Amino acid sequence: MTLDARLDRRQFLRVSALAGGGLLLGTILDFGASTDLLAAGAPKAPGAEFSPNAFIRLSPDGSVTIIAKNPEVGQGIKTMLPMLIAEELDVDWTTVKIEQSGLDTVKFTNQVAGGSSATPNHWLPLRRVGAAARAMLVGAAAQSWNVPASECETASATVTHRPSGRTIKYVDLLERAATIPAPELDKVTLKDPKSFRIIGTRVKGVDNHAIVTGKPLYGIDVSMPGMLYAVYEKCPVFGGRVKSANLDVVKREPGVRNAFVVEPAGTDLTGLLGGVAIVADSWWLARSARKKLQVEWDEGAGAALSSASIAASAAGLAKQPPQRSLRKDGDADAALASAARVVRAEYYYPYIAHAPLEPQNCTARFADGKMEIWAPTQNPQAARGLVAKALGLDEASITIHLTRGGGGFGRRLMNDYVVEAARIAKETGTPVKLLWTREDDMHHDFYRSAGFHNFTGAVDASGKVVAWKNHFVSFGDAEKFATATGNPPFAAGAGIGGGEFPARFVPNYALDASVMQQYVPTGYLRAPGSNGIAFATQSFIDELAHAAGKDPLQFRLDLLAAEIPAQQPQQGGLVASRVRGVLELVREKSGWGTRKLPPGTGMGVAFHFSHRGYFAEVVQATVSKAGLLKVDKVWVAADVGNQIINPSGAENQVFGSVLDGISEALAQEITIDRGRAVQNNFTDFPLIRLAQSPPVELHWNVTEYPPTGLGEPALPPVVPALCNAIYAATGKRIRSLPLSKSDLRWS
Amino acid sequence: MKVSLKVNGKPTSIDAPPDMPLLWVLRDVLELKGTKYGCGVGQCGACTVHLKGSPVRSCQLPVSTLQGAEVTTIEGLSPDGSHPVQRAWDEVDVPQCGYCQAGQIMSAAALLAKNPSPTDAQITAAMNGNLCRCATYHRIRDAIHKAAATSAATPSAPPATTARPRQAGAPRN
Repeated sequence: MTLDARLDRRQFLRVSALAGGGLLLGTILDFGASTDLLAAGAPKAPGAEFSPNAFIRLSPDGSVTIIAKNPEVGQGIKTMLPMLIAEELDVDWTTVKIEQSGLDTVKFTNQVAGGSSATPNHWLPLRRVGAAARAMLVGAAAQSWNVPASECETASATVTHRPSGRTIKYVDLLERAATIPAPELDKVTLKDPKSFRIIGTRVKGVDNHAIVTGKPLYGIDVSMPGMLYAVYEKCPVFGGRVKSANLDVVKREPGVRNAFVVEPAGTDLTGLLGGVAIVADSWWLARSARKKLQVEWDEGAGAALSSASIAASAAGLAKQPPQRSLRKDGDADAALASAARVVRAEYYYPYIAHAPLEPQNCTARFADGKMEIWAPTQNPQAARGLVAKALGLDEASITIHLTRGGGGFGRRLMNDYVVEAARIAKETGTPVKLLWTREDDMHHDFYRSAGFHNFTGAVDASGKVVAWKNHFVSFGDAEKFATATGNPPFAAGAGIGGGEFPARFVPNYALDASVMQQYVPTGYLRAPGSNGIAFATQSFIDELAHAAGKDPLQFRLDLLAAEIPAQQPQQGGLVASRVRGVLELVREKSGWGTRKLPPGTGMGVAFHFSHRGYFAEVVQATVSKAGLLKVDKVWVAADVGNQIINPSGAENQVFGSVLDGISEALAQEITIDRGRAVQNNFTDFPLIRLAQSPPVELHWNVTEYPPTGLGEPALPPVVPALCNAIYAATGKRIRSLPLSKSDLRWS
Repeated sequence: MKVSLKVNGKPTSIDAPPDMPLLWVLRDVLELKGTKYGCGVGQCGACTVHLKGSPVRSCQLPVSTLQGAEVTTIEGLSPDGSHPVQRAWDEVDVPQCGYCQAGQIMSAAALLAKNPSPTDAQITAAMNGNLCRCATYHRIRDAIHKAAATSAATPSAPPATTARPRQAGAPRN
């Protein structure tokens, strides 16, 4: 992440583009240029604001406003990104006001909540934004005192001239600072981390007070004069369309203003799907009228699909030669033939729903050819593109306001509910709030994909892993999969990378894949891919450890003993020493192997590297003879680099991710029957509750690497660690989720 | 159907369909948006309000049952967020997305009104009906203990943390 300050601007842009976060860096440079314009054009009248860039506003009343540009869905970004700016601007956090920006692709890029990417993408760039403004304020003070800027220092929104002891507050420098040329962002001086006063401290969520007092913050809370309320009924079979509907009956229901059929915009399951919209004076009346709605559907090609037919297809494919090889090192078959012990196992994980607690909703108003949207989306730029395409609007005519989101977990990376609201508003010509029921949300998610892993592995007489084969069966474009070049066309969130562990660390390794045609929409659930793959991989490693007669934690350390660099570090390029670091830390903290546990109690370990974060976790679980499972405790060792930016928020993300993983493992499953999602609500898709939540003990392993994100990487290892603990407790190997479907009785 | 009730101490008359739940009366008739919709079937607790001081799921209370009801919502818990439970929720930094927290706070406030110093088991029993999708359960428990301690005007224990402090001299970039 460290960029060489000697690079000129063109090289800088090129390098940043290669580094992946380049768009953001590029735009910050661009806006650095517009900073000059802003500063030059700033009004000179007394009482003017100083707005050195798109992120910062210093006002004559002494207030400091920092713009939060990214969508907040509970990951704490509305607090954390402004902390980076405030630190380098050198103002007191208590004086800072945070303002949420809407979508603004002129001022900002990367306005997305996804991939645990905000921390690594903004760590240096946003600090530079704060430092640049600070440099302009220092420049103004130095100019007014006629002293070198190098003799000045700052703290608490005040510049001090060291030799003379003179001080001046930022608020008294605004007018002059606006005339100072903005420095180039890649040349500003950043603070020595030893002098951080905000970064590294426990900072509470900036919306806490509004949350605990019930202020309207969320998409569902949006309200405006003349607003109507909508519900939208889609075909229960994914992608089906309306043949006919009894609109006349529905229109006669109390409070109903309109009811109409919406034709799908294309065949893309992520786009505008066909259905029936009902618009009424209140949401309750719209929902009540929907109970009278009768629709004849054209259900389409997926109508015969069931969980049983999917499992049968997957089993059939597993017996066939794989459609594609994703990676082949050495000769796994030859190694298997001569190995001391060979283990075969099939692993399965189901579709699961995101179920953020705030049901999908969006408010839209269409007037004078302009579409204005209020949405709790994680991905507003994609929302704008989708609305423009589906409704034939120019992107420039679409405004998107970001509300706080009542949970996201990747669900709101998809913008189906946004395009539906916009479509309905375009028809009615009034402001409309679309709100889904919880049942709509369960029936029309972009689910975490189910997956089938067919492993064969082997150890030699010394217990070393000598062969690893996995034929992964998933979903995708069945016609193109075998022959497509480049990235294989897996369904969203349903793929696997060729670098997946233990690639590189086993000499004879083969990762193959086959797909079934996708009918069920899939997407990105917190730690997508990893949240299922870690379960399968880390459970099978446990099986090999037991086959080798080794301690499962030491077995993993032995597997990672050599540092084998990845050829493409961005793709699964874990650093073995960082994994060993967290494994050793969690071994120490959990008392692994040192405590005598009663019968029915066991400890399991797993690690996973995802989203640039390294997590090793130990679960202690107790299973009664009758088969009742209790998760006693979880120990977490985490390496996300050299700086925990906001320890309070960071702990929240880790604790939440760990319990979320347990929640998924315990009882969550979306099953398919006649092409439909079967589950309806939290009655049959249960979330973890307080009584089931074990204590979680977290330890940071601080390393020399730059800081990375925490929205996701703590989740994947807890699932296999729990399953491995159940094995240790009962001797029962869990190869299929959720746990509620396994008989855990033992004697 | 016309019904008279008290909401946050204020006499209020509404005219709404008899089967419309209190939740939607609060949100869409009275514009009190703090009470949240999560499931509509009494499973998640996001819509928890007090009915004469007892926690209830407002999604399960139709207008036809509300004549003379005395309802307190998150907006009426205190005028300014100064209720010990609200303060504790802020200080312990409980919320992640925050969507369920009004319901959590209403359940916790009702618990503490009855039982000023609940045990862990009593907290679990009182709070188990409130789902938090972000799973902030540890801090919910911590915050209830903190609010109990604040209410009892005893010095509160330092906030529990299991995070390890930064290692001295740890390398940084």
